[in-house]
Amino acid sequence: MSTAVDMPRFVRAREAEALPPPNLARGPIAWVRENLFSGPFNTILTLVVFYLLYISVPPLLNFLVFDAVWTGADRAACRADAGGSESGACWAFIWDKINYFIYGSYTISERWRVNIFFSLLAIGVVWLLWLKAPRRDLGAVYFFWVFPVVSYILLTGGNENFSVRFWIGFAIFGALIIALFAFVSALLKTSMRPALILGGGIVAVIGVTLALVDFNFGLEHVPTSLWGGILVTLLVATVGIVVSLPFGIVLALGRRSNLPIVRLASVIFIEFVRGVPLITVLIMANTMLPLFLPGDMTVDRLLRPLIGTALFASAYMAEVVRGGLQAMPKGQYEGAMSLGLNYPQMMSLIILPQALRIVIPGIVNTFIGLFKDTSLVAIVGIFDLVKTIEASRIDPDWAAPTIGLTGYAFAALFYFIFCFGMSRYSLGVERRLAAGQKR
Amino acid sequence: MNSVQTAVSQTSPPKKSFLYDPKVRGAFYQVVLVAAIIVLFYVAATNAVENLQRARIASGFGFLNNTAGFDISQTLIEFSAAGGTYGDAFIVGLLNTLIVSAIGIFFTTFLGFLIGIARLSKNWMVAKVAMVYVEVLRNVPLLVQLLFWYIAVLGALPHPRDSLEMGAGFYLNSRGLFMAQPLWGPNIGVLVAVFLLGLIGTFIYRRWAKKQQEQTGRQYPVGKVTLALVLGLPILTWIVLALVGANPITFELPRRGTFNLTGGMQILPEFVALLLGLVTYTAAFIAEVVRAGILAVSKGQTEAAGSLGLPPGKILRLVVIPQAMRVIIPPLTSQYLNLTKNSSLAVAIGYPDLVQVFMGTVLNQTGQAIEVVVITMGVYLTISLLTSFFMNIYNRRVAIVER
Repeated sequence: MSTAVDMPRFVRAREAEALPPPNLARGPIAWVRENLFSGPFNTILTLVVFYLLYISVPPLLNFLVFDAVWTGADRAACRADAGGSESGACWAFIWDKINYFIYGSYTISERWRVNIFFSLLAIGVVWLLWLKAPRRDLGAVYFFWVFPVVSYILLTGGNENFSVRFWIGFAIFGALIIALFAFVSALLKTSMRPALILGGGIVAVIGVTLALVDFNFGLEHVPTSLWGGILVTLLVATVGIVVSLPFGIVLALGRRSNLPIVRLASVIFIEFVRGVPLITVLIMANTMLPLFLPGDMTVDRLLRPLIGTALFASAYMAEVVRGGLQAMPKGQYEGAMSLGLNYPQMMSLIILPQALRIVIPGIVNTFIGLFKDTSLVAIVGIFDLVKTIEASRIDPDWAAPTIGLTGYAFAALFYFIFCFGMSRYSLGVERRLAAGQKR
Repeated sequence: MNSVQTAVSQTSPPKKSFLYDPKVRGAFYQVVLVAAIIVLFYVAATNAVENLQRARIASGFGFLNNTAGFDISQTLIEFSAAGGTYGDAFIVGLLNTLIVSAIGIFFTTFLGFLIGIARLSKNWMVAKVAMVYVEVLRNVPLLVQLLFWYIAVLGALPHPRDSLEMGAGFYLNSRGLFMAQPLWGPNIGVLVAVFLLGLIGTFIYRRWAKKQQEQTGRQYPVGKVTLALVLGLPILTWIVLALVGANPITFELPRRGTFNLTGGMQILPEFVALLLGLVTYTAAFIAEVVRAGILAVSKGQTEAAGSLGLPPGKILRLVVIPQAMRVIIPPLTSQYLNLTKNSSLAVAIGYPDLVQVFMGTVLNQTGQAIEVVVITMGVYLTISLLTSFFMNIYNRRVAIVER
């Protein structure tokens, strides 16, 4: 190998001229020059963006705000041929239909119950998501047990009127459960008390729930076919989160389990659900669920997509939780085992509290996805917000060219406020958690 | 040594019940799980058989050979209400899903990378506009966006009778975009052969150029040669063939009829709306993926490349992007899959994709829910698994090689 003969020289032959002193200018003009017009390419880019904004923003603002129709009783306000103006959004339409968009066809005199449901939901969400809230363990009990039961009674009216035979059956079932726990405890030669408390606790929780649902609070029954609008949208999202979090944790634990069959079953479920679109799951729940149940049993039309979305969200939640479980250092598992904790104790006392905490942003992001996906129930004929807008759009009282766009602008605004709020929250939590990791 | 062993045997726990053996417990839990799953499936299956018999719904996949008796607005293969079977309808729907996904993935990659890089731009204005785009598009459900595009696209278009003429055989009206349809002549084989030759030539030239560069350091104009061989050569052949009177491709232009345009190729407004919605929505997610990928490349890499004397364009192309791709590929794959799965929302605006045709019309006509749902889900699962399989192979190739 000869040394490089025709290599370019890297050493200057002459002294370089001094560069001009750095520009020390401060203030808005300097800022503009530095950030917007720092070179020919950037200047062109800025001008192109300004042009794009010029052709898109003013018409949008005109449509949404300046040319919009804010008041009016029917289509005349939003039709140019009827003396109104039609260049802008017809917010009068939204204002006129707002109760329909919020409650659907829910019995008008009973709508206060929906309002209580909304406030209970808000309390639960704040309690769980506000990291400094007191007694967040109670908050979990509230959100995953008290709130669903109370909401069910509030929204449907409760008073299920279970027959005497049902209660006798439940008593036998409860006795069997307690006996089973006592039997296992005797078999394992452990003390009887905790087993009886655990068994009795499970039976008591189910029993209290059933009794509350059975009790006649004097509330009028409102069939689910009347529910609609934001009520249904929030309901689907709430059921999704209430079911998917526990179920997703179970699936994630199953996927990380050492037992091959448990692992296989979890993997198949998770990958199957994640591999198909939600809409196919919803159609499956709609058409196949009734087939799989005994002939005389029917599933409520609203319940079918609820089951579909809950199962769908569980698979995604499982993957988020699995991420948290995997992020736990091995020392945590080993430490727990060396303390003599068994698997349930290790998971519930050591691993899950830490793992769930670090995946709060992931959980919230999954929930944002779930919240957006609730709009798909409209396709299988459930009257959620999108479907109520679709239905009002063709109302002849409000037949005007801008109605459709106005309706969807309203829906977009509604979803945007919720999803953007949640994503900001998740960003905040992420920063806070990262702050703890900083050295 | 001996004393240690005795000590161990003395402290070893007394023989406990086999119920405390983790293996026995594990086996027991698994048996319970399997039993529960079997019971669940058995009950569901017996109920389904009973319900189907009561409703007099046939079962089995024989219905795929029955005549469909409905029309589909966009068919990539020959399909008619009289002659097409349910099986044909399935293929038509599948092709429609695949084509909208393929075109969507192509455009969304461009737009996503563009916006992702724009978010990191030093230009304040560009970065902010890209950020607003991402936040707005990501936080509004795709269904609402699709319905919006559908109304916005369809509502802005004129009636077929006053179609907009855009020149070169393009017409636009509320029934879609009409354009010239290429008709393949007998000499199309020549053109294809020349195109393939160009591809092979490019491949050989690229390998040669790379070898030369590795050995001598001299660089060759790979990009220009590629363009000339892949595009220039076939176009030249086409012109020559057209001049000697053996034109391999002729165009059938759409003609204005009394009520509608006839002939030519028609692109449905539903297709345009679906494509627009999917592309703009997925691009917002891809932009975030790209941004995260570029930020994951440490700043030292850029600085090191700069100190080697590489210009900014080459730093991006030769140093940053190859490393960022490792981080970008896995989430990008899942975004592609999301786009494919989201194309099933076509059912909301009436584009005849797999779900709309098969899970909608065919399911309603035949009532054979189980078979239809199984086939449809099977298709999506296959697409998902195949894509992840190929992407995993690619990912292994670009993944970092640890020493």
